[in-house]
Amino acid sequence: MKTLEELMAIRDKAKANMTDRDGNGDSIRIVVGMATCGIAAGARPVLNAFVEEVAKRNLKNVTVAQTGCIGMCQYEPIVEVFEPGKEKVTYVKMNAEKVPKVVADHIVNGNPVFDYTVGAIVKD
Amino acid sequence: MYRSHVLVCGGTGCTSSHSGEIIEALEKEIAAKGLSDEVKVIKTGCFGLCALGPIMVVYPEGCFYSEVKVEDVPEIVEEHLLKGRIVKHLLYDETVHKDEIKPLSETNFYKKQRRIALRNCGVIDPENIEEYIAMDGYQALAKCLTELTPEDVIQIVKDSGLRGRGGGGFPTGLKWSFTAKNSADQKYVVCNADEGDPGAFMDRSVLEGDPHCIVEAMTICGYATGATQGYIYVRAEYPIAVKRLQIAIDQARENGLLGKNIFDSGFDFDLHIRLGAGAFVCGEETALMTSIEGNRGEPRPRPPYPAVKGLFAKPTTENNVETFANIPQIILKGAEFFNSMGTERSPGTKVFALGGKINNTGLVEIPMGTTLREIVEDIGGGIPNGKKFKAAQTGGPSGGCIPASLIDTEIDYDNLTSIGCMMGSGGLIVMDEDNCMVDIAKFFLDFTVDESCGKCSPCRIGTKRMREILEKITDGKATLEDLDELEKLAHYIKDNSLCGLGQTAPNPVLSTLRFFRDEYVAHIVDKKCPAGVCKALLSYNIDPDKCKGCTACARKCPVGAISGTVKNPHTIDTSKCIKCGVCMETCKFGAIYKK
Repeated sequence: MKTLEELMAIRDKAKANMTDRDGNGDSIRIVVGMATCGIAAGARPVLNAFVEEVAKRNLKNVTVAQTGCIGMCQYEPIVEVFEPGKEKVTYVKMNAEKVPKVVADHIVNGNPVFDYTVGAIVKD
Repeated sequence: MYRSHVLVCGGTGCTSSHSGEIIEALEKEIAAKGLSDEVKVIKTGCFGLCALGPIMVVYPEGCFYSEVKVEDVPEIVEEHLLKGRIVKHLLYDETVHKDEIKPLSETNFYKKQRRIALRNCGVIDPENIEEYIAMDGYQALAKCLTELTPEDVIQIVKDSGLRGRGGGGFPTGLKWSFTAKNSADQKYVVCNADEGDPGAFMDRSVLEGDPHCIVEAMTICGYATGATQGYIYVRAEYPIAVKRLQIAIDQARENGLLGKNIFDSGFDFDLHIRLGAGAFVCGEETALMTSIEGNRGEPRPRPPYPAVKGLFAKPTTENNVETFANIPQIILKGAEFFNSMGTERSPGTKVFALGGKINNTGLVEIPMGTTLREIVEDIGGGIPNGKKFKAAQTGGPSGGCIPASLIDTEIDYDNLTSIGCMMGSGGLIVMDEDNCMVDIAKFFLDFTVDESCGKCSPCRIGTKRMREILEKITDGKATLEDLDELEKLAHYIKDNSLCGLGQTAPNPVLSTLRFFRDEYVAHIVDKKCPAGVCKALLSYNIDPDKCKGCTACARKCPVGAISGTVKNPHTIDTSKCIKCGVCMETCKFGAIYKK
């Protein structure tokens, strides 16, 4: 290593590989339902897709976490997005292919993907 | 990319309560569940809350599991890591409030802390240079070598007001400037990691949790003072610290952060570890250097000071581990960042190793100026078993005690000195009403008598004579003249010893005499030990009203000193009694008392 730029390159790469260890509460949280129902419906690839997508775009202040059964097992995999100061958004019947769009539109640009949300998919 | 990181404490405290086996079990269980590509297990340095070890923290949630057992691992992996359900009953109870989980930073133990020297401890993997770099590591070094002149670096350290954290409190920037001023063909940087005070483990935790920050800081010091070689003098009794330091040095060399032409600046610097055999005197700077030179660790007279004629008779800068640990942050964030914390004459923070009669034993870093009450009652969680706070000992065998009446003292160098105490390196031992202050003074004197190197007679002979008088007092054989003699001797040793060991050895006696003279007098005049510690002055007795005659004590007594018949009050024959206290522990009715 000979320059500050080299050091910063290592820093940015290593930082992306470390999950947020500050534990501060002002980040966007993407929570994937990972109870038996979620796992059976394919929540694991969804979770991994979110983790990869967030890392790829080097997004700061976004954490991907998992939770238990959200209660609507027939609509799993379910993903909830919590943004500080906003209503939570619930995505249902998710799969890995839908993930890049959610990250690009919702997490980066702040426009929830209405077509994937519980409101659009669950018809009464 | 891992979605979850599990941090397990690999400090000495948690290692001794089997955190190594927990890591093994975790890795096995995670592999069995097919999560090895998703969850990463990291062994970190000390989290500080050693009383609740072994400690495990799961990110991104930041869940703090305390007192984890190997048997708990399958449940944590199955529930938390696989299904995302936090195992609440295994969390540190203070982080669980009704159904909410509070972040660790809001618990009493961490709330008032401000972590500068310990900022990476319990946060990064100390054996991985990339994690250190991710936390802005080596940026301060890069900044020094590419943007700042050595004079600039020294000026920043001076402006920050940083004072030596080894206990003396000498301004660090000034120390560096002395070495920088002296020209020589070779200069040295030495890190004093010979932490010898009983009850102190701050330096060990920094070395174990964040070794790269010492490597970085020493290199900066080398640049500022014109030294090209550094030595870290660390006790061989710190095997984890030594191992991680060596890994850090090797990694820094591989990455060109140690060696020739660092950051293409033309500056060369290299580091070596020297192991100490554990003699207390080797923590004294001149004795330490004598030991590095390969000689028997004995102090030499100052002047000449190390800045003029130090290691191998060359100009040398010697700083303590914690002092160095502050340097990278000061360079990166500026002098104002540092001196905005703490008090005017003692800026910054101080790490303390909390021990003794306190609930949260462990490692804390607080801004200077925090009161002793906040440390003991808020951060430390108070005294166990509802006992009363009596005093706190700072500075180990070189320091003194702060009595309960001064519990609102704001901790900084000058306040402690003004009450006849000293900051010391950071050991803070809490004592309650069951501690006898004469006995404490004797304990520390025992230590200094053992550790005196013997080179100068005030220390070698004087401390031994002092201990003899203290033994007379605790045996109930002393007179008030002995007390005067003890005090006279203490001042004489303080004034005439060659090095810091002897000059400070009488401090525990002088300080306890100042605040607890009545206890000394009680031992001498009334032949009583008010705290009930000094065996020669107590007797065990049975209260006939409370004794039910169950015979339990008589059966347990190892010397057959207790006699009596069933269902009738028993008596203790004080001439046979060896005062072991077994009867008192055995009695279910609280009938046995000591006086």
